[in-house]
Amino acid sequence: MKILMLGWELPPNNSGGLGVACYQLCKALASRGADIEFILPYSTNEQYPFMKVTHALPLHVEQVHKAGIAYDSYKYVYKDGRIEWLDIHGQQHGYEHAVANLASVSQFDVIHAHDWLTFRAALRLKEQTGKPFIAHVHSIERDRAGGHYGNPVVREIEYMALLVADRIIAVSEHTKKMIIADYHIPAHKISVIHNSIDTEDVAPLDDHNAYHYLTEMKARDWKVVATISRLTIQKGLMNFLRAAQLVSQKAPKTMFLIVGGGEQYHELIEESAALGIADKVVLTGFQRGKNWRDAYAIADLFVMPSISEPFGLTPLEAVGYGTPALISRQSGVAEVLSNCLKVNYWDIDGMANQIAAVVNNPALATELLSNARREYSRLSWDDAATSLMSVYHRHRAGVAV
Amino acid sequence: MTKAIVLYLHVHQPYRIKPYSIFDAGIDHAYFDASAGNRTNNQEILHKVAAKSYIPTNRKLLELLHTHPKFKLSMSITGTVLEQLEKWSPEALASFKQLTDTGRVEIVGETYHHSLAFFYSKSEFEAQVDMHRRKVDQLFGQRPTVFRNTELAYNNDLAYWADKAGYKGILAEGWEAALDWRSPNYVYMPTYTDNIRLLLKNYKLSDDIAFRFTNREWSEWPLTANKFSHWLSETGDATNFNLFMDYETFGEHQWEESGIFEFLEHLPNEWLADPSHTFMTVSEAVDTYDPVDRVDMPETVTWADTERDLTAWLGNPMQQQAIAALYGMQDLVLRSGDLQLIDDWRKLQTSDHFYYMCTKWFSDGDVHAYFSPYETPYEAYINFINAYHDVKYRLSKLGFEV
Repeated sequence: MKILMLGWELPPNNSGGLGVACYQLCKALASRGADIEFILPYSTNEQYPFMKVTHALPLHVEQVHKAGIAYDSYKYVYKDGRIEWLDIHGQQHGYEHAVANLASVSQFDVIHAHDWLTFRAALRLKEQTGKPFIAHVHSIERDRAGGHYGNPVVREIEYMALLVADRIIAVSEHTKKMIIADYHIPAHKISVIHNSIDTEDVAPLDDHNAYHYLTEMKARDWKVVATISRLTIQKGLMNFLRAAQLVSQKAPKTMFLIVGGGEQYHELIEESAALGIADKVVLTGFQRGKNWRDAYAIADLFVMPSISEPFGLTPLEAVGYGTPALISRQSGVAEVLSNCLKVNYWDIDGMANQIAAVVNNPALATELLSNARREYSRLSWDDAATSLMSVYHRHRAGVAV
Repeated sequence: MTKAIVLYLHVHQPYRIKPYSIFDAGIDHAYFDASAGNRTNNQEILHKVAAKSYIPTNRKLLELLHTHPKFKLSMSITGTVLEQLEKWSPEALASFKQLTDTGRVEIVGETYHHSLAFFYSKSEFEAQVDMHRRKVDQLFGQRPTVFRNTELAYNNDLAYWADKAGYKGILAEGWEAALDWRSPNYVYMPTYTDNIRLLLKNYKLSDDIAFRFTNREWSEWPLTANKFSHWLSETGDATNFNLFMDYETFGEHQWEESGIFEFLEHLPNEWLADPSHTFMTVSEAVDTYDPVDRVDMPETVTWADTERDLTAWLGNPMQQQAIAALYGMQDLVLRSGDLQLIDDWRKLQTSDHFYYMCTKWFSDGDVHAYFSPYETPYEAYINFINAYHDVKYRLSKLGFEV
């Protein structure tokens, strides 16, 4: 079974959960015998032993350098030495054409494409080859636009792809419902395959937490409530800050740690000042590696306040690093993790109430964590890979489902 | 020798805590008045249970009492459900009264608030038993002579207390681990007691009705009154079959459509067809049969789940801290003399609040096994602990150092 996998990023060049999900899914699929060729839009020297990774470069382009986060411009270096910076639409256009050229020389059974950035390329390939096209939806435009309509061009691409796709994979029931509601796709065309976490692939903590200041505060009975996220409207961070202000009234010795980069960075700083809690809010900007892991570890509670989160891996990572979670009900992960606190993203009082309960009652935190750990230990990508393999087999056989 | 069915039904409803935030504490002192449509609305739940279970079951029981002079049964009815019946369903309360008026329905003593006070505060426990006795006397004109503790939580200490308090009988789970080779189908005496008798629930026969009745996977499904009576008749090694169960088995746990009312209707007929068979109330059973042995139960045994212990109520740190915090404020609450405050504090003692915080089924992700008006045990804990904070707030407003 040869799979042509179209994706926008892979670790370590990932900006968020999409790259991690693609990586771990491919790894689990490969262990089930899938022969994967993964097409990236940028150049990388990274080795992926379980699959072939190719970069799809436009004609005459020698290298594409990924910079910053997903939606930042990439640097295109032409063979004649010319340099050009292309925005997300330019990149997408270039990828589409490059993939079409590459794929013409490859033999494959199924096209499996992840999210709208790769969908135009997938549509073109399907038209060119007639191979089954599986559209894997990690988020739709309404999620990314924080519940608003979003970019009409992006919506058009999503709509076309979802109509034409032979099968749609949604990462949660939540996402499936969003797809049905936004694009009127029949429910029977969409399979839910939940994301997961590779618990053996989690990098361990060391003895010294990178957040010295917070460690010191904790030694003085302060508590830390953390969130790790892209700082963008979809993530509901303004509500988190408003809840933080309320929590401060009931649990004054609480710090709020916000880890991540994004366009709301300055807005969040201003808002925390306006709410009078600037001294209790710590924004670190984008972090990787130890600083990223230690943020989970230092926290007494992890909060994912997203307005719409198709899956949402961070609460599972938090549990893995020993921190219980409070998550938005408008998320896919709420479907796989029972032992956590849940709140509607708009319910600021409810969010504050639950945060205050955890920081004021260690028994609650202990019980949440120990039960969540049990659920966590059973998670793996195996189920997802098994389900996907059967989707591949059905579609390769040409069965219209 | 005469063989008797000793049927005992337990009637209880708690005052469920409404969604109660830390931001309500200090402002809203009403913990139990959830708005209409909320899953913790006590009035709506009581109406539903009265209509589905109490009223139709009592009607059936009254018919049986009229039809069969040998039909008798016992009941325990908690103070918290009696209060709710008085307020919200006088009709259902009257139907209980009609039963006891026949003189063949005996009320069993217990704590008014369906609490676990015995394990935390002997004085509070005795106060609640006394409150219950007075309430039963006032409503039914009876003085209980047989005792059962909340969740049938029983040990030697409890038997010792009940013996000293003058009860002639006490109820417990007939759990093999405690009974050893003994059959639950006889009258026993607890160790270290002088007069009191012990009646042990035959949980296999009781659970056939209370749990397995509608289970189509069960090899004995469907269970008929005829088959059930036959099993009892064939059991040679017995004087009394103690069938103890929640009253809500009839019409609520087992729906009317399951045929549970037909089963109840036909059971006396089938059983009493043999003239050596009868029904007895709990006190009659202990008066009639001599104890065959003593039973030693140093560890607490309850009628709950597979462990038959208190872990469903007190097994995790949330439950342990919540209940310890509550009893920790006993002296201040009682000294306050604030009757409303004392009443609220006692309603918070009802064991159901701690049961809702149980994670042992929920934690495996099997949310369907979690029987509660709250979505999660954590939510139950948060509501409870916030109400507890409000009780402390009220104490501090009364000038107490909390």
